[in-house]
Amino acid sequence: MIFGKALNRALAELMTKDSRVLLLGEDIADPYGGAFKITSGLSTRFPDRVRSTPISEAAIVGIAGGLALEGYRPIVEFMFGDFLTLGFDQLLNAICKYQEMYNQQVSAPIILRTPSGGGRGYGATHSQSLEKHFLGIPNLLVLAASPWHAPADAFTALLAQNRPALYIEHKLLYSAELTLPHGGRLDSWSASFDNAPFPTLSLSPVPGEECTVTCLAYGYQALRAKRVIERLGVESNIFVELVVPTQLCPMTWPAVFESVSRTGALVTVEEGTAGWSWGTQASAEIQREHFNRLRHPTRIITSAASVLPAARHLERDRLVQEKDIEQALREASR
Amino acid sequence: MAELYRAMLGIRRFEEALLELFQEGKLSGTTHTCIGQEANCVGVVSALRDTDHIFGNHRSHGHYLAKTDDAKGLLAELMGKPSGICGGLGGSQHLCAPGFKTSGILGSTLAPAAGIAWAKKMEDRGDVSVVFVGDGALGQGIVYETLNMAALWALPLLIVVENNLWAQSTPLDQHLAGSIGDRFRAFGIDTCELNTTDVVEINEATVSLLQQMRAEPAPRALVIECYRFAHHSINDDSRPQKENDSRRAMDPLLVHGSRFTEELKLDIASQVDTHLAHVLATLGVSE
Repeated sequence: MIFGKALNRALAELMTKDSRVLLLGEDIADPYGGAFKITSGLSTRFPDRVRSTPISEAAIVGIAGGLALEGYRPIVEFMFGDFLTLGFDQLLNAICKYQEMYNQQVSAPIILRTPSGGGRGYGATHSQSLEKHFLGIPNLLVLAASPWHAPADAFTALLAQNRPALYIEHKLLYSAELTLPHGGRLDSWSASFDNAPFPTLSLSPVPGEECTVTCLAYGYQALRAKRVIERLGVESNIFVELVVPTQLCPMTWPAVFESVSRTGALVTVEEGTAGWSWGTQASAEIQREHFNRLRHPTRIITSAASVLPAARHLERDRLVQEKDIEQALREASR
Repeated sequence: MAELYRAMLGIRRFEEALLELFQEGKLSGTTHTCIGQEANCVGVVSALRDTDHIFGNHRSHGHYLAKTDDAKGLLAELMGKPSGICGGLGGSQHLCAPGFKTSGILGSTLAPAAGIAWAKKMEDRGDVSVVFVGDGALGQGIVYETLNMAALWALPLLIVVENNLWAQSTPLDQHLAGSIGDRFRAFGIDTCELNTTDVVEINEATVSLLQQMRAEPAPRALVIECYRFAHHSINDDSRPQKENDSRRAMDPLLVHGSRFTEELKLDIASQVDTHLAHVLATLGVSE
């Protein structure tokens, strides 16, 4: 099943199981069913609990916060991740503060989900990966969908806890196949999850001890990194372990530390712009943990620190490309 | 009736004591008093029931005291004590108690208050959500996003605008175009506009609005023209002294107090002062 369909089913299942769940967002009701069709059919099945809203992101987030304060579990769809900035104040100054600022008397566990990322030629305001601006907000969980983590598991785990969360869905994942590891394998790769509520997946094409580089990536870039790693193994005998978290912040580092303790080199991949990012944080963490075991400085692969043009050939020049990942992994493997 | 007077005087004396404690260096940070605006707090809140929800703003000691009469918990909060209503973590602008919250980002509170109103509507018990804002908050875009949805979805949200004619140091005619009431009416929200500091008049207007809202959920606006006698926060008042002086005749304590004998008022004042002295002594900050 493609990821987008699995996500649609996960939301339907969630609404069936838990009457506190409400869906809010722009154009999410049928017959349109959302710009990426993720909520298709849901307003028909749950007419009182799925509502298309005016184009008012700030108030939508704030209203969801009020609903959550009263015990509901609102899930807000932002049509494009680029629009997250419009809800930023409510998220940072209100929703992520209530529980701590009011001394645990209340909580406001809203879930924001949004498509992110480029590759579709949508231009400067409909293609960004803005999640780095949301990393490090106290009390906010930032999660990223992946092609190997069941979205139903992520949303079930979100409902079982009471922090607000941002769930990033790269738009190129919607049509990608969701493939879940089974019996410690993903295709011919070995696959293991850690025990976190939002688990990190470690994947390697050969036994982990033979890997000489750790590649840390999430979302759609993890899918691309896996393709690159596959190629490097077959063509160049370079073996890389791929570590794929769903929870980006707060990040659980043990799986990364464990992998780098064996490989001695770390490459991070993210689609956001260069600098002040998830990768820079990873670099600081790994340096602190494994300073004496690293053969190389951490290589942080990002898109350029620039605005994304709509024209495909110009967009490509600025977004992370597989050749960038490949080059970094080759260098780090030495 | 006398209870409304006692409640207003309790708020007045509490906040006067706060300002003294700041001057004496016994409180730190900042605070925004509602001295002069007590009729809004008491007039509106006394019309509510316990299951209604109140969202206040940066200037909400009066709203809190009108709802809870908990001067001790509030002062402890301002002092950062564990016994404060938010364990000392919130402070003056970030209060929370059952059915009550405040925040210091002006105008931003309308949206969560509307979310709470939606929850009240789904629960279908006739409860409402009230949000207090000043005229200054009307500069925020989220106010109008929220009014649109509150009207569109018929949410039982009562927006109380305490128009004290000044947004911090900027007068109304330099920060607000058109009319405040028209801003609500543009969304089809029935709006009651009062130019009074009479707590009884404010209470009766609120009771009437609430009756309509409980019978059939829908937003309402109550716009009250008023005046704050004290600084915006602490030592930051640049308004003309003459204007302030001219408003003193409208002091809500004088307006409502004119209904009672001097003897009764002295008796109430003595009770209020005794209670406050006890609170201050309990927290070790006696004047």
